[in-house]
Order: sequence, then C-alpha cells, then structure tokens
Amino acid sequence: MGFIRQVIVIMQKDLRAELRSKEAINAALSFALVILLMFSFAFDPSAEQTREISGGLLWIVFAFAGALILNRSFSREQPNDCLDALIAAPISGAALFLGKALANCVFVLALEAVCFPLFGIFYNTHWTAQFWPLVMVAVLGTWGFTVIGTIFSALTVNLRLREVMLPLLIYPLMIPCLMAAMQLTAHLIAGQPLSGDILVWLRLLIGFDVIFTTLALILIDTVLVG
Amino acid sequence: MREKLIYVLATAASLLLARNLAMIFLHLPDEASQGMIYRIIFFHVPAWWTAMLGAIVALVASVLFLVKKDFRHDSLAVAATEVGLAFLTIGLVTGTIWARIIWGIWWTWDARLTSALICWILYGGYLILRRTVDEPTQRATLAAVYSIFAFVDVPIVWFSIRWWRTQHPQPVFGQGGFLEADMKSTLLWNFLAVGLIGVILLLIRLQQEENLREIDALRRETHAIS
Repeated sequence: MGFIRQVIVIMQKDLRAELRSKEAINAALSFALVILLMFSFAFDPSAEQTREISGGLLWIVFAFAGALILNRSFSREQPNDCLDALIAAPISGAALFLGKALANCVFVLALEAVCFPLFGIFYNTHWTAQFWPLVMVAVLGTWGFTVIGTIFSALTVNLRLREVMLPLLIYPLMIPCLMAAMQLTAHLIAGQPLSGDILVWLRLLIGFDVIFTTLALILIDTVLVG
Repeated sequence: MREKLIYVLATAASLLLARNLAMIFLHLPDEASQGMIYRIIFFHVPAWWTAMLGAIVALVASVLFLVKKDFRHDSLAVAATEVGLAFLTIGLVTGTIWARIIWGIWWTWDARLTSALICWILYGGYLILRRTVDEPTQRATLAAVYSIFAFVDVPIVWFSIRWWRTQHPQPVFGQGGFLEADMKSTLLWNFLAVGLIGVILLLIRLQQEENLREIDALRRETHAIS
C-alpha cells in the first residue's frame, strides 16, 4: 500500500467513525452557533462595524469550536487500545498524522461552510463579494489550525487535564496563523481584492502552513512512540 | 568544580555590574530627546538578548535530547527555558515602563510587542506542560517537541520590527543606531554583565535539576528494594 493510499485509508476511517457517531461534529456545530449568537447579543454591531470585526469573530468561533473536534481526534482511539493498534500497524507515523489532519480539516471546513452563511444571515452582511479568495484563505487558515491541532491532540492524549491542556498549548502557537486569517477574512468580506499591503499576511499564512506541516511530519513519530 | 565556577562568575558579574551602574547613573549624561528614562535601554536590550540566547539553548538542548535521549540535555532545556523566561519578563516589564514615559501608554498591540508577549506565553506553556506529565521520559520527550514548536515564534519577534511598521524603536546597532560611543560601550559592557547573570542562574538551575533527578533515582531504588 503506497503512502497516499495509507493517508486516504486513515482519513476515510476517521470520517466514517465520526459520521456514524457524530459526537464531535454535533458538539462543535452547536457550540459555534451559540458563540455566534452570543457575539451578536453582546455587540449588536452596525453594518460597518460588522465588516471590521468579521474576521476576528469568525476565526474565534472556528478556533473555539474546532478545538472540540481536535480534542476527539486522538482520544477517540483510546477505548479498546485502538491507538496502540494504529501505531503498531504497518504504516508510518506521517501517514497516520496526515490522514487524521486531513479528516480534521474536512470537519472544520464543514463547520465553516455552515458558519459563513449563518454569519451572513444573523449579521445581515453580504460576505460573498470575494468568494473564491475567501475559500482559499479559509482552506489555508484551517490547514494551519488543524496541523497544529492534530499533532497536539496526539501529544496531549495521555496527559492529565487533556481537555484543558490542548487549547492552552495550541492557541498561542496558532496566533500568527489565526491573526493572518482574521486580517485576510475581514479584508475579503469588506469586498476588497487581494493585493497591496494585505499580501504580507497571505505570505505569513502560507509560510506558517509550510513550516508547521514540515515540523509536524518530522516530529510525529517522536510524539507517538517516544 | 561547578560550584567554584559559579562563585568566580558571580564575583566577576557583580564587579562588572557595579562598574556599569556607576557609569550609567553617575557618568553618562541624559539623552537629548528622551531625558533620563533612556537609561532603561541598558537593561532592556541585554535582557532580551539573554532571553533569546536562553531560547536558542533550549531549542538545541531539546533537539539533542530527542536525538540522544540523554537526560542531561533535558535538564539543560528546562534550566534555559526558565532563565530565559525570567529575562523575557524583565524585557517586557522594562519595555512597558519605558513605553509609559515615552509613548504615554503601557502597552500597544503592534507586531513587536504582540509577538514578544506570545513568546512569553509559549514558554510559560512549556513549564505548565512539564507539570502535567508524571513519567520522566514522556515528560522530557513531549516538552522537547513543544519547545521546538514554540521556538518558531522567536524569529518572528526578531524580524517583526523589520517586516511590519511598528512603534517599537529600530535596532540601536547597525543602520539607524542613535547611540553615542560612550553609551554604546556601556551597553556592550552591560550585555556581558546581564549575560553573565544569565549563565550563573542557568548553572544553578542545572545543578538543581540534576539533584532532583538523583533524588528521584534514589527514591525509586529504595522503592524497588523494600
């Protein structure tokens, strides 16, 4: 079985397990909905303010709700010692990691696909002016988020206080990625094109993705096996 | 042997520091535009450099631990991180005091200050992570992996005043440096003094970590015998 095939098998396994139980995705979706509602009660913004805060608001929702999905990614394998079986399976740690990261990325993107229209409805905002650039930013930001989240999901799986430690460790690490995604999203929702000063954030986002994906692929075996 | 070295270094550091303090407070004149508060630079800049060296030593020690699995490297990584964090705190505190006088505000969210604060949170997270793992090998491995991830922020802090237009003053050395020869030489001497204090603290922390490990080993031995 080739590397790509292994990655796809792991991803399919995770997607299927989650779609059958729906425990993480349901929790994350309802949590995202609650945060979106709370923000609209708390700030009651005008149209102009909404465009300004849109990036920050949406990515905080994705980061908070996404953490619920990431928390489950490796802890799901704990009952019946599934994690030990996965590590012992004849696939590399990198394939296991990539498969899980891709599955998490799909879940968080699905969450975002629900949140963007909801945001448009609740906050009465036209958000599709720069649709495809926005999709690209969402994919890049989500990949950065899930790469960090997945490797730290593996790192914290055996810790005491796992649910607390994961957000505590990953949010500070993600700040450059989230900050870039927030700036770009606010910029695109305001209908402005991707050019000029804003490109420095796009470069930061891409650089973040490349650096952390490489680091995670190098270090995953150490995290899993020790 | 190491104890004697600590005493020698401590004597040298205190003599040097006394000389520098006399120079800073008694001999050097006030700076033309900033008045007397500019003197904080003699502690602010060396503290940041020492903190950065601490981060680099922690990174190298962490990588060496993952390669060689020698617990001495783990001790070095903890010691360097803790000492680095202490100097990071000094850097942040002296920076905010300076900002209050010169800018009129304690804090502003520009790229340099933000990335520096993230750095502080990241290395704080390292120390929290260590406390949540009981098994020594696992603790050292996970902490080393986290330390490598955390280090990615350090270059961002370094380059932030070059990448973004920030309120933070440009480097005092190289192009655009504003210091006179007298002030520059005092600053260089204080680099040495503050750096020496860093080394002394590092050596003391290293000794403590090694004692701790020895006590742990003895305790386990008695547990095995009885």
